[in-house]
Amino acid sequence: MMSYAIEADGLRVVRGGREVVHDLTFKAPRGSVVGLLGPSGCGKTTVMRAVVGVQIVAGGTVTVLGHPAGSRELRRRVGYATQNPAVYADLTVRENLRYFASVLGVPRGDPDRVIEEVGLGDARDQTASSLSGGQLHRASLAIALLGEPDLLVLDEPTVGLDPVLRAELWELFHELADRGATLLISSHVMDEAARCERLLLMRDGLLLADDTPDALRATTGTQDLEDAFLHVIRGQETKETKEATA
Amino acid sequence: MSLTITLATMRRILAQLRHDRRTLGLLIGVPSLLMILLRYVLNQPGVFDRFGPILLGVFPFIVMFIVTSVGTLRERTSGTLERLMTTPLGRLDLLLGYALAFGVTALVQAGIVGAIALTWLGLNLQGPIWTLFLVTLLDAWLGMALGLFASAFARTEFQAVQFMPAFALPQLLLAGLFVPRGQMSTVLQWIADVMPLSYAVEAMQELTRHGDVTGTLVRDVIVVAGCALLALVLGAATLRRRTA
Repeated sequence: MMSYAIEADGLRVVRGGREVVHDLTFKAPRGSVVGLLGPSGCGKTTVMRAVVGVQIVAGGTVTVLGHPAGSRELRRRVGYATQNPAVYADLTVRENLRYFASVLGVPRGDPDRVIEEVGLGDARDQTASSLSGGQLHRASLAIALLGEPDLLVLDEPTVGLDPVLRAELWELFHELADRGATLLISSHVMDEAARCERLLLMRDGLLLADDTPDALRATTGTQDLEDAFLHVIRGQETKETKEATA
Repeated sequence: MSLTITLATMRRILAQLRHDRRTLGLLIGVPSLLMILLRYVLNQPGVFDRFGPILLGVFPFIVMFIVTSVGTLRERTSGTLERLMTTPLGRLDLLLGYALAFGVTALVQAGIVGAIALTWLGLNLQGPIWTLFLVTLLDAWLGMALGLFASAFARTEFQAVQFMPAFALPQLLLAGLFVPRGQMSTVLQWIADVMPLSYAVEAMQELTRHGDVTGTLVRDVIVVAGCALLALVLGAATLRRRTA
């Protein structure tokens, strides 16, 4: 069995005539929670789209669970929740889940299981359009959880949630990882970085760091991850200036 | 493709329509009202027999064009299409799911509007009733397929809605609605001859005028079905798993 769920090698993406992801190489170990951190617009979503295989890539390879990203073999094994909740607004929570459950061919009880897991039990018969922003995000997350996929790609899954719920969802993410799933979770909130086992820090389409939170703190000599990131970013900027002047 | 996924998609689209009571009401109410209006505006049985069937054939086309172009545009912009593209769902599953759901809707619409026209409004239908439903279904699929194709070129719902008159109205003008095709200039006749709606309208006229299935009707049905299939293939080409 391979030890990596995702292997990106020299990934390049061009959008609107501009290269937005530059030569990205990283590996996500199986059964781990990997955080993809960086400011809005740095290319996180593009990288995630490449991992689930819906992004046209300009170069490099992405291998997911031993197959090229987007292969037929992966379509039941990868769960994906986009940043904007991708649910049918005019269907109820349960109807949404039932539809995606039939598309994925998962057991009949799965919609109810995931509804409970994301804590939407009380809203299951509400139409999606009547849900709050946070509930909508959880409905979208629930769809990604259908069929217990081996890899979960979650784009900002906890945005706009109340702190208790956020903590509960992070518990769920770790539980899933303990059961063997790999999670790639993007966030622009640094306090969520500490909850990940590995961190990928992106800025302007470049990968600045790929490490564990502890190692990152140690190498940068900081206590706080926010400071550690600042340190890394400043280091990169100095390097760029030196290259420019050289 | 998979039958389970296709049928699930059909059920999902019908459930969406069911939740949207107002759209459902408009789908049935508007053509019924227009048919009644047409009957009393023309106010001559013979003239109504000429225009009534045209309306019956054109409604499913227009309605399904709008519903599909807006519906698929929504799937593209809301992210549900992107999500579906990461699942085992094939393009054909999605297309056939839409075709089945809107086919059912078009038949219900034609059933009600047809019943009003044939009974209350006294429309004369010479041909067998199943031909009316067959042509209606094909017209609906033609509208659906073209709507799907058009939605690929719309960025917003404003644009998508305006593709309807762009696709439908020129065809309607040329289909013999105002002036019989035979009386138009040669160039216009050429254009009319390659417009699928011309054949859809002609098919409706045939089955109201003739008691048996005429050769013209068979040809029209084949042409409309062929065009719907072609448009569906073009529409399918606009659904991509990978996008920029």
